[in-house]
Amino acid sequence: MKGKKKNLYYWAFVIPSLLAVFFVIVLPLILGIGTSLTNSDGHTAVFIGLNNYRRLLSDEQFIYSLWFTIRFAFVAVILINVIGLGLALIVTQKIGKISLFFRTVFFMPNLIGGIILGFIWQFIFVRAFAGIAEATGLTFFNAWLADTTTGFWGLVIVFLWQMSGYIMIIYISFLANIPGELIEAGKIDGANKWQAFWQIKFPMLAPAFTVSLFLTLANAFKIYDLNLALTNGAPFGSTEMIAMNIYNTAFFQYQQGYAQSKAVIFFLIVAVISLTQVFITRRKEVDL
Amino acid sequence: MTREKTHKWLVIILGVMITVSWIYPFFIIFFGSLKSRAEIFTNTIWIPETFVPENYSRAYEGLEYGRSFLNSLFITTSSIIIIVIFSSMAAYALARNKSKISTAIYFFCALTMLIPFQSVMIPLVSIFGQIDFLNRFGLIIMNWGFASSMSIFLYYGAMRSISVSLDEAAYLDGGTPFQIFWRVIFPILRPTTVTVVILNAIRLWNDFLLPSLVINQEGMRTIPLRMYYFFGEYTVQWELALAGLVLAIVPIIVLYIFIQRYIVEGVTKGAVKT
Repeated sequence: MKGKKKNLYYWAFVIPSLLAVFFVIVLPLILGIGTSLTNSDGHTAVFIGLNNYRRLLSDEQFIYSLWFTIRFAFVAVILINVIGLGLALIVTQKIGKISLFFRTVFFMPNLIGGIILGFIWQFIFVRAFAGIAEATGLTFFNAWLADTTTGFWGLVIVFLWQMSGYIMIIYISFLANIPGELIEAGKIDGANKWQAFWQIKFPMLAPAFTVSLFLTLANAFKIYDLNLALTNGAPFGSTEMIAMNIYNTAFFQYQQGYAQSKAVIFFLIVAVISLTQVFITRRKEVDL
Repeated sequence: MTREKTHKWLVIILGVMITVSWIYPFFIIFFGSLKSRAEIFTNTIWIPETFVPENYSRAYEGLEYGRSFLNSLFITTSSIIIIVIFSSMAAYALARNKSKISTAIYFFCALTMLIPFQSVMIPLVSIFGQIDFLNRFGLIIMNWGFASSMSIFLYYGAMRSISVSLDEAAYLDGGTPFQIFWRVIFPILRPTTVTVVILNAIRLWNDFLLPSLVINQEGMRTIPLRMYYFFGEYTVQWELALAGLVLAIVPIIVLYIFIQRYIVEGVTKGAVKT
């Protein structure tokens, strides 16, 4: 085909997607940086330079939400990876067809959206836990989601329920790629299952750790639906995560310029997390 | 041998215990959805003593279930059709024309994947609002924009294992690139299309934040949106809220049981390859 015609087809194939990405993601990002330099309330806007960013430094609720989200992400990432790997190890043992059933069940919560998961667990924490407390007299089950601590752990538990099955799937696919001969060789050398795991499988799982770690981390930072449905930031904004803080600033307090400066900072944080993952996984691949 | 067997049974028992605790929350919701308002307070986590199936007809009406379901279905399927058509075409062109421009486009798409939704939502809604392009069709375009990069990557990865000689043979038979793509290449990309459809379907069907910002007409609300307002109205009437939740979950679980192999495969590919 002639060069010119070929070029025409090339662009006809590529341009629609590029336009969609441009108008939906890139243009808003660029305009957003502009908005973050104004005092926009959604209707009128005056340029105020870096004032929004200066204000962020002393915004107690924003800093609190950021810190709450970091703590949440830290705890959730560790637990989800431990549980996800545990589940993966259970379903990859030689236990016959039942392993498929286990897999199906463990993954199921991941298919349900954050809003619905949050409501399901709101009932469980608020009503079912209260029922258990009455029946058993255990004060542990009292007043869940009514204070910051139980709100925090409530969010962790639901996120764990949602994400562990997903992380399990990632670990399964990496476990399946470990050559069988390696395990066999270990057995011949007299390794038991415990040693085979820690000394042969575990080191081979390094790339899976990086992928899962950063995937959970990025997802933990972006949580909104679950937060809204489970606690809605209550009590008194003490369980308000960073995404919800941005949303509320923009759509309840109508400070769109200010909210957008938070959104820009949020973008930088998530981008650093994701880029670190790319960087580390690439380097690991070279090592192997 | 007996050691192996004990090990096997210990693992199975552990698995069963986790399974029970894993799905028990669903049962609590299901049992609750069949109870009377009074019984939910006296018997919260066990099988109902008296069944109240009317909760379901009331929740069905309250959620405007038929309508919400169709709204969700319309938005999810139309978005996915557009995503599949244009992402596969773009990936084909990028994979078959190795040039600096293609590499630049590829990296451009990779970079946009780093941008979280919340950091563009405010200007996005304001832009689309100004040109009066919100609600269903605006939402479909936005879904397309957000899904493009990941879908292009998945198709691009699959293109690498499809030999160029196929294109060349079809070209000698006198096809335009358009015909070659749709008649020869796209059918071979089928497994990837399944992955792209599944990954996007899970996300779009459950999406809440974007539709909540874009859809401003009550009659167009999707299931998660309806559920949100319904739950707000009925938290004092738990039995209705719970029946509504069951109605929202059932289609997903039924579909999952039928095509779970494809879903698990699709999710694996999506997680490991992008």
